Amino acid sequence: MLSDIWTVFWRDWVVLKHRMTAFILSRMVAPLLYLVAFGWGLGRSIQTANGASYIDFLVPGILALNSMNISFNSVTPVHAERVYHKSIEEYIIAPIRPYAYVIGKVLAAVLRGLISSAIIIALSYAFGAHFTITPLFLLVLILNCAIFAEIGFAAAMFLSTYEQMGQVNTYILLPMSFLCGTFFSTKALPDALRIFIECLPLTHTSYLLRGIGSGAEVSLWSVGILLIYLVAVFVIGGQAFIKLKN
Amino acid sequence: MIEVKNLRKTFPHKDTQNKKAEKVAVENLSLTIGTGEIFGLLGPNGAGKTTTIRMLTMMSRPTSGEILYDGKHIGNADDARQIKQMIGVVPQNLNFDQDLTVGENLELHARLYHMNREEREARIAELLEYVELQNVINDGVRQLSGGMKRRLLIARALIHRPEILFLDEPTVALDPQVRWRIWELVRRLAKDGATVLITTHYIEEAEELCDRVAIMNKGKLIDVDTPQNFINRFGRFVAEWRDDVHRDFRFFNSREEARQFIGTIDAASSIRKSNLEDVFIELTGRKEGL
Repeated sequence: MLSDIWTVFWRDWVVLKHRMTAFILSRMVAPLLYLVAFGWGLGRSIQTANGASYIDFLVPGILALNSMNISFNSVTPVHAERVYHKSIEEYIIAPIRPYAYVIGKVLAAVLRGLISSAIIIALSYAFGAHFTITPLFLLVLILNCAIFAEIGFAAAMFLSTYEQMGQVNTYILLPMSFLCGTFFSTKALPDALRIFIECLPLTHTSYLLRGIGSGAEVSLWSVGILLIYLVAVFVIGGQAFIKLKN
Repeated sequence: MIEVKNLRKTFPHKDTQNKKAEKVAVENLSLTIGTGEIFGLLGPNGAGKTTTIRMLTMMSRPTSGEILYDGKHIGNADDARQIKQMIGVVPQNLNFDQDLTVGENLELHARLYHMNREEREARIAELLEYVELQNVINDGVRQLSGGMKRRLLIARALIHRPEILFLDEPTVALDPQVRWRIWELVRRLAKDGATVLITTHYIEEAEELCDRVAIMNKGKLIDVDTPQNFINRFGRFVAEWRDDVHRDFRFFNSREEARQFIGTIDAASSIRKSNLEDVFIELTGRKEGL
C-alpha cells in the first residue's frame, strides 16, 4: 500500500518538478496582491477588535484561503484524466488498492498547498506581519490542504464537464474565500448566514490559524470538525473512485 | 486459461420517450481462452468487443456473470490484484499521461506494477528498442505521431512481462506499414508464450493473427472457431455478383458448384476463394451490411 501511495505521489512530484519555477512564481501573485491591497492599502485604516494590526489578522485568513485554493486546484487535473485523457484507467487496471490512488493524489496536493503556504509566510514576514508557527499551526494547515484536496478529488470523480469543475470554484470556493473568517470576522454576518458559514471547514481553519498564530487559546472542537470533514470527504471520494468501474 | 461464464453488461440510458432504460452492451457471453492462444474478438462497431475487454481487464464491472483466470475469480479483491499483475492492456484510446515524457510514462507503469529500479531501467531501455522509440525517451507524448503512440502503448503494456495481453483495436486508423509492424510484434509475443486477446473490426487482421476467432454482434456471441474452420464450414468458394448498387455472394464447397450457379444469374459475376470477411458478413447480417 505504501509503495503504491508513493508511486501515485511520485507522478505528481515529477510533474511539479517540471513546473516548479512557474508554480512558485504564479503562487506569489495572489498573496502579494492581498498583502499590498488589504495589508498596506486598506489595512492601515482598519481597526481590529483587539487592537492588533490588520495585516496580523489578515495573514492567517490568506493562508487558509490560499491553501484551500491551491490544494483543490492541484487535484482538478484528475477530472481531465478521467473524462478527457482517460489516463486514470492506467491506475484502475494496475494492481494497486483504490485508496492508495486517493491518498497519493491528496498528499501531492497537500505538498503543493504547503509550498504555496511557505511562500505566503515568507512574504507576510517581509510585509511586517507577526504570528507564531507551532506544530499545531502546521497540523491545521495540513488538515485544510487535505480536506480541500479531497473535495477536489470528489468533484473530479462526480462532475462530468470541465465547466462544472469551474463552477465549483465560482459558486463554492470563491464565496468561502471571502466569507469564512478570512478578511473579516464571521460575527459581522447576519445570524442565519453566520451559522451556515461557521459549519464550513475554511471558517474553522481561519480561526484556528489566527488563534494559534497570535498565541490565543483555540478551540480543539474546531480541530475535531476538520478531522470529521477529512474522513467523510475521503470516504466519499474513495468510493466514487471505486465506483468508476460501474 | 481465461473462462468467461454468462457475462452480461448493461448501461443506463434514456429511451426514445426520454425515460430511464437499460442498454444491453453484452448479453450472456461465455468463452474459454487457452494459454498461449491468440484469440480474436471480431465484430462490427457496437458489437460489445470493447465492453467485453473492459470487463476482462477489470476496467468495468460486469452486471452479472463470472470471469476466472486460471480458476481465480476477478470478484475477489486479492485474486484481482494477482490477476492484474499478470495482464497487460493496450487500450483503444491513447490514454497516456499527457504531463509526462515517454520515459516517465513507462516508469510510472513499471512502478505501478511494483518493479524495482534496476528492473525498471533495464526493461524500459529494452522495450523502447523493441518498438524503436529509444530516441524519443525524453519527448512529451504529445509530440509523437499516431503510429509511435500505438507502439508506445504496446511497450507500456509489456513492461511488467504480462502473461496475458489484451489489445483493443490496436491498429485502428493506422497506415498499412505501421499495422504490419504491430502484427509482427503480436506474433513475436505469442511466439514467446504470451496469451493474446485482440479485438478488431479489421477482418484481415483477425485472419492474419488469430488462432481462434469469436464473432460478436449486438452484444451477443454468434460463433467461435478457427478462421480456416469458419471458411471450411461455410464453403471454400464464393460466387459473387453485383449490379450498379448491390453486391451479393453465396458460398459453395467447390469451384464447379459455384460455376454452375453463376450460369443461372444475369449479372456481372466472379468466383473466388472465400475468406473470413465473407463468413463475418454471413454471420453478422448480410442484408444490413451490404
